[in-house]
Amino acid sequence: MYEFDWSSIPGAIPLLLKGMLITLEISAVAIVVGIAWGTVLAVARISGVGILSKLAALYVNLFRSVPLIMVILWFYLITPELIRAIFGAGIGDIRLASALVAFALFEAAYYSEIIRAGIQSVPRGQMSAGLALGFTPGQTMRRIILPQAFRNMVPLLLTQAIILFQDTSLVYVIGLSDFFGTAYKVGDRDGRLVELLLFAGLVYFVICFTASRIVKRLQARYAID
Amino acid sequence: MQLIEIQNISKWYGEFQVLTECSTSVAKGEVVVVCGPSGSGKSTLIKCVNALEPFQTGNITVNGISLSDKKTNLPKLRSRVGMVFQNFELFPHMTIIENMTIAQEKVLGRSKEDALTKGHALLKRVGLVEQTNKFPGQLSGGQQQRVAIARALAMDPMCMLFDEPTSALDPEMVNEVLDVMVALAEEGMTMMCVTHEMGFARKVANRVVFMDRGRIVEDAHKDEFFGSPRSERAQEFLSKILSH
Repeated sequence: MYEFDWSSIPGAIPLLLKGMLITLEISAVAIVVGIAWGTVLAVARISGVGILSKLAALYVNLFRSVPLIMVILWFYLITPELIRAIFGAGIGDIRLASALVAFALFEAAYYSEIIRAGIQSVPRGQMSAGLALGFTPGQTMRRIILPQAFRNMVPLLLTQAIILFQDTSLVYVIGLSDFFGTAYKVGDRDGRLVELLLFAGLVYFVICFTASRIVKRLQARYAID
Repeated sequence: MQLIEIQNISKWYGEFQVLTECSTSVAKGEVVVVCGPSGSGKSTLIKCVNALEPFQTGNITVNGISLSDKKTNLPKLRSRVGMVFQNFELFPHMTIIENMTIAQEKVLGRSKEDALTKGHALLKRVGLVEQTNKFPGQLSGGQQQRVAIARALAMDPMCMLFDEPTSALDPEMVNEVLDVMVALAEEGMTMMCVTHEMGFARKVANRVVFMDRGRIVEDAHKDEFFGSPRSERAQEFLSKILSH
């Protein structure tokens, strides 16, 4: 029978923490930029302005129809070429930068669909009421519609954030040492891959399970009013 | 002078014509009640007056400003035309007083103190000063509609549009809203009201406009309208609505 040996984990904690920081950095940037850019896309899509809404729809459908792992690879492979073409010189390590961009742009497509549904959940009369008081359509969206939409969306946005947090492990394809990548490398180095991956899985589980419990509680609280 | 002038308005939803060559007007200080069976286009017509609904042909002027003129600043015009909706449309994420002050501050550019003073005075006037810091969801329908009226009044409107303000209310709450509207009419506010409340029309209206299938069928002084309606459709409508 397989003999478990957990002894290489304690010594690897500093490295694993460093990896966790990268995981968190990618998650945070993707959540913040994804929600901001996703809001722009959602508003463009329901703006009724033909060209804007078509472009936004094209963007969303494109990103939602390709695997995330390919998007990560594309940005990693294409960005240096682009930069070289534009600036005439190569650059150093772009793995983290390209992963950040890839995640932010990819997640924006998913966030924009959640946000669009959230905006549409606000009764139409609210827009009329804002306009009737003299707000412009943009002001009404910003001050009246979006604040209500985001309240309705909080649980869905957080759920998407949890999925995103797990998906960051895909950056291993470009050799980035996030939490999962670090665990893999340490396990490989020490010949203890099974233990390290079990440990990493446990950490992901604890974080995500805790977070989803919090979402459930929030959901219950928002449901009251 | 006519404050609201509706000239030959027609409107289509695709192939379907919802308004056909509607013309009427509301003079300064006048109260005009618009009634008619459901689907007759009366709500659509009143929403055209502050350009919440676009129309394809004809023109509307409010205080001499043409809505069809591309140069017209619609938000600015709307800020001076009060509107009250069937479903109140208070902003549920804001307290009552925030509902009262947000447009005063952000649209009219009033200071916070001025907006609060005005807001409190108007809440007092509609008898809801105790509700200042509650949220709309904590108020009854009648109370919410009174706040909605006060919110519109806070903008110092030159006229008020009411789109079936009592239709979504429980019967016992209708009167508290009508009382506020009657008081407003008696103070000389220019009002255009889509409503089925014929008691209200008899009491304060100057004229009654009767609509059917997108057309203005009758536009008469209230005594004439209630006493001897000319069109068959209006007679039929009145007999139905007044027979109980």
